[in-house]
Amino acid sequence: MSKMVNLKINNIDVSIEAGTTILSAAEKLNIKIPVLCYHKDLCIAGNCRVCVVEIVGSRKLAAACATPVSEGIEVMTNSLLVRNARKHIIELLLSEHNADCTKCYRNGNCELQDLAAEYKITNQDFIDMAHDGVYSIDDLSASIIKDDSRCIRCQRCVRTCRELQSVGALAVAHKGSEMKISTFFDRPLAEVVCTNCGQCIIHCPTGALIEKTYIERVWDAIADPDKHVVVQTAPAVRVGLGEELELQTGERVTGKMVAALRRLGFDSILDTDFTADLTIMEEGTELLHRLKANLVEGDHTEPLPMTTSCSPGWVKFFEHTFPEMLDNMSTCKSPQQMFGALAKTYYAKKVDVDPENIVSVSIMPCTAKKFEANRPEMRDSGYKDVDFVLTTRELAVMIKQAGIQFVDLPDEKYDSIMGKSSGAAVIFGATGGVMEAALRTAYEIVTGREVPFENLNIEPVRGLEGVREATVKIEKVLPEWKFLEGAELKCCVAHGLSNAKKVMEQVKSGEKEYHFIEIMACPGGCLGGGGQPIPTNDEVRKKRMKAIYDEDTSLAIRKSHENPEIVQIYKEFLGEPLGKQSHKLLHTEYFERQRY
Amino acid sequence: MGKNMLKRIDLIFKNEHDCDIILEKIFKRTNEELINDLIGSGLKGRGGAGFPTGLKWKLTSEAKGEAKYVICNADEGEPGTFKDREILTQVPHKVLTGMAACGRIIGAKKGFIYLRAEYNYLKPSLQKEIDTFHETLKKLKSDFRIEIFSGSGAYICGEESALMESMEGHRGEPRNKPPFPTDAGYLGQPTVVNNVETLAHCWTIFKHGPKKFRDLGVQDSRGSKLFSISGDTPTPGIYELELGMSLQDFVDDFGDGDSKAVQVGGAAGFCVPRKKFRETAIGYQGKLTGISLPTGGSMMIFNSSRSMYNVLKNYLEFFEEESCGQCTPCRVGCQQLLRGIEAVKRGDKPHYYLTKLLRLTETMKMTAKCGLGQSVANSFSSIVENFREEMIY
Ligand SMILES: Cc1cc2nc3c(=O)[nH]c(=O)nc-3n(C[C@H](O)[C@H](O)[C@H](O)COP(=O)(O)O)c2cc1C
Ligand code: SF4
Repeated sequence: MSKMVNLKINNIDVSIEAGTTILSAAEKLNIKIPVLCYHKDLCIAGNCRVCVVEIVGSRKLAAACATPVSEGIEVMTNSLLVRNARKHIIELLLSEHNADCTKCYRNGNCELQDLAAEYKITNQDFIDMAHDGVYSIDDLSASIIKDDSRCIRCQRCVRTCRELQSVGALAVAHKGSEMKISTFFDRPLAEVVCTNCGQCIIHCPTGALIEKTYIERVWDAIADPDKHVVVQTAPAVRVGLGEELELQTGERVTGKMVAALRRLGFDSILDTDFTADLTIMEEGTELLHRLKANLVEGDHTEPLPMTTSCSPGWVKFFEHTFPEMLDNMSTCKSPQQMFGALAKTYYAKKVDVDPENIVSVSIMPCTAKKFEANRPEMRDSGYKDVDFVLTTRELAVMIKQAGIQFVDLPDEKYDSIMGKSSGAAVIFGATGGVMEAALRTAYEIVTGREVPFENLNIEPVRGLEGVREATVKIEKVLPEWKFLEGAELKCCVAHGLSNAKKVMEQVKSGEKEYHFIEIMACPGGCLGGGGQPIPTNDEVRKKRMKAIYDEDTSLAIRKSHENPEIVQIYKEFLGEPLGKQSHKLLHTEYFERQRY
Repeated sequence: MGKNMLKRIDLIFKNEHDCDIILEKIFKRTNEELINDLIGSGLKGRGGAGFPTGLKWKLTSEAKGEAKYVICNADEGEPGTFKDREILTQVPHKVLTGMAACGRIIGAKKGFIYLRAEYNYLKPSLQKEIDTFHETLKKLKSDFRIEIFSGSGAYICGEESALMESMEGHRGEPRNKPPFPTDAGYLGQPTVVNNVETLAHCWTIFKHGPKKFRDLGVQDSRGSKLFSISGDTPTPGIYELELGMSLQDFVDDFGDGDSKAVQVGGAAGFCVPRKKFRETAIGYQGKLTGISLPTGGSMMIFNSSRSMYNVLKNYLEFFEEESCGQCTPCRVGCQQLLRGIEAVKRGDKPHYYLTKLLRLTETMKMTAKCGLGQSVANSFSSIVENFREEMIY
């Protein structure tokens, strides 16, 4: 056990492990110290200085987030000295901040606004510097808007982009009064290595980084009597949406969400989970195909390991970072894009609507999906496959605007067709979920038996550990899979692009060998996506994750290949996995992008 | 004037070249003896903070690490000071010897000279000096080696933790403290950072013994110090003077007979008005007013033709630009101070707004992350309090 340190905080005695910060020590005593640049996901910066506290006898105040406890100190978190200094600092921040709160997208969910309210900053003696600066708004990206006038320079986004994501699209430029958060040569986010993952958005305390919103466009489509508006909802949305609408973190709101969408006026409420099941069919088959080609036929044109491709932030990162390995990525489109391509073909035919008049909307826990929907390749239906992508947060806004009392809504069911799904699809929302779903199906295809894990729960690939490995031994295979008898399928799961990069570099150098790698751009997977409710941190991620797995076990069908609508679509429309129709609609290609 | 001439000291630039003899002497003695000499001499850092050098080396020698480093801070960014440059030009071997002594004591194999970008022209001659010095070290069977690191050009990179960030290839932003460099400095390892002049003084102490150094100066402020004297003076330049002198004697010696104020320690230092010359001593603890001897030893003399408003504005412009910009009190505070005094001067803000600004500097002093933001209060409050009318009319 490490050494204990005794100290006093606000006259309360505490004994706590050496190395703990004053901030965490106070938290243990239920004493809240305000913070801005601090975020549990990130390394300590200590630059906003809002968390300063008094250490009795010291001439300077200490930043609680960055100062470790030491023996015998007496900390005051609310002395006159502290309060005056803290107020000064908040006033200073407001003086350089575009505090037109009523015109801000984050109005009502802003940490600076909360602090200003808490400290009742009603006077503004300092000179207003926010409105005479020349601030640029970068709104060229399909996913993210960066408004420097709202930036408080806490560098949370910079640390997020660099540490969690190892992308480094955002960095600090210039010094003194000119210091700002910038990009490579101050280019728009759309033209740099930004992956659109939106992690910077959910780590931003203010409205400096927000999603590009398409709410009004969707309202327009709904109001247009000639349009048939279909909506699909991603797996992770149902475990996050409630947080924005006065429910507890980790509450599952699938039924209420469907009810709300119906009340908003969408013509058909469908489920991305359906195409998640379809992804498993395609991707699982692709994996088996690659195994056979590489291990038996010696054909390495589609090499191993195969990585997943459903996370568009990961896809773009891959295109920038590992262009020489593009062939390792599964050619499967993401579930969103598979859905889009089918909505304007298969679905259109089924419900007898001219695809020209279909508006396809998706609700995603993700901002990169906005970019993905705009990729020029994503028009295989002959139209733009997905017209508008809204985040979980944007959906909540629409529900509030419509005056729907979400908490009181009854549970309703998805429409059909393309509304049915299995538990395997639901777990796509958590890191490791695609791997688990694929294994459930692929193992059964090969052996005719269920995966050898209790209750189908493949625990080794679950959890929040950054990189997880699992080996599945394949035995007693069906005759046509004889070449796999006794093989050990080596799998790896990584989430957060820093972990992804680490894994891929190990693969590239030959240090690690895998057959199948699942990667999600966002920490925690989609449940922690850049389009999810703010705040998101590990505590929140865990709760959402539990909800995902609860949802899985609550469902009668838990394997993608047993979803009756999946069986039906292959019979009626697609033929077989990797077949001609699938190739046209459900698979895609990747392009090398510059690294700068 | 002539009568009150302050004693000129000639230690730093004294023509001495016996590196090998001094090093041999140093390597023969125990660390404890060496550290005791250093502590006994009373030498304090000449780079601004005035931390006792012997104690710094002792702490670093006791700290645990895989490797340890000595860094000579030659970033000399304070406007108007160039005494470190002079040392590196005239007596670089003294600095190298100080570094080698430090390396031996703390257990470092590697030393760096963090050279201000503008001093890059010194590199060839300095490198030659280092090569010769390495030969001497080899003969003495020491594997200590010194390398020059070219600075990145920002004033803030003179702050030791920003300096190390910049050496590690990052943006020059000061770090949180603790940990201090003595525990976790360059690459997270125990590191001594010393000013050029501090290291040069070590030569004197190890060559002539601590007493020779200690006999100069007063109480807590021992030894001599280089001063860069500028402004309204007939005799600008670099002078080595004894610590502890009264500002009155200083002005009598160097002023033009009409001195209205002296800025002690550059932009980060204090402004002393004529009426306080007598009670102010130059040293780490001014007996009467608590004035501390500041960065670089810059002494700027102003006569009655100068507008103190312009002087302050000038300093604030410097800070507003040179703040690294990471922490709120400094980044925004400096801008508010500058715009604030301009607004008062224009009449857009009432004169009592100065009081609000003075309170702001108190907050900056207590909450800024590094010495830059913390020291803005020094010049601001000493000028505004002593020359309030000039700020308003
Ligand atoms: C803004 C700022 C700039 C500084 N610039 C220098 C510098 O140019 N040279 C220097 O020796 N010390 C400078 N310092 C002080 C260093 O941080 C450090 O205290 C010093 O190098 C330690 O050496 P010493 O103990 O020998 O004085 C600066 C400090 C601050 C806060
Ligand atoms: S006080 Fe100024 S220079 Fe120092 S860390 Fe803060 S912003 Fe940077």
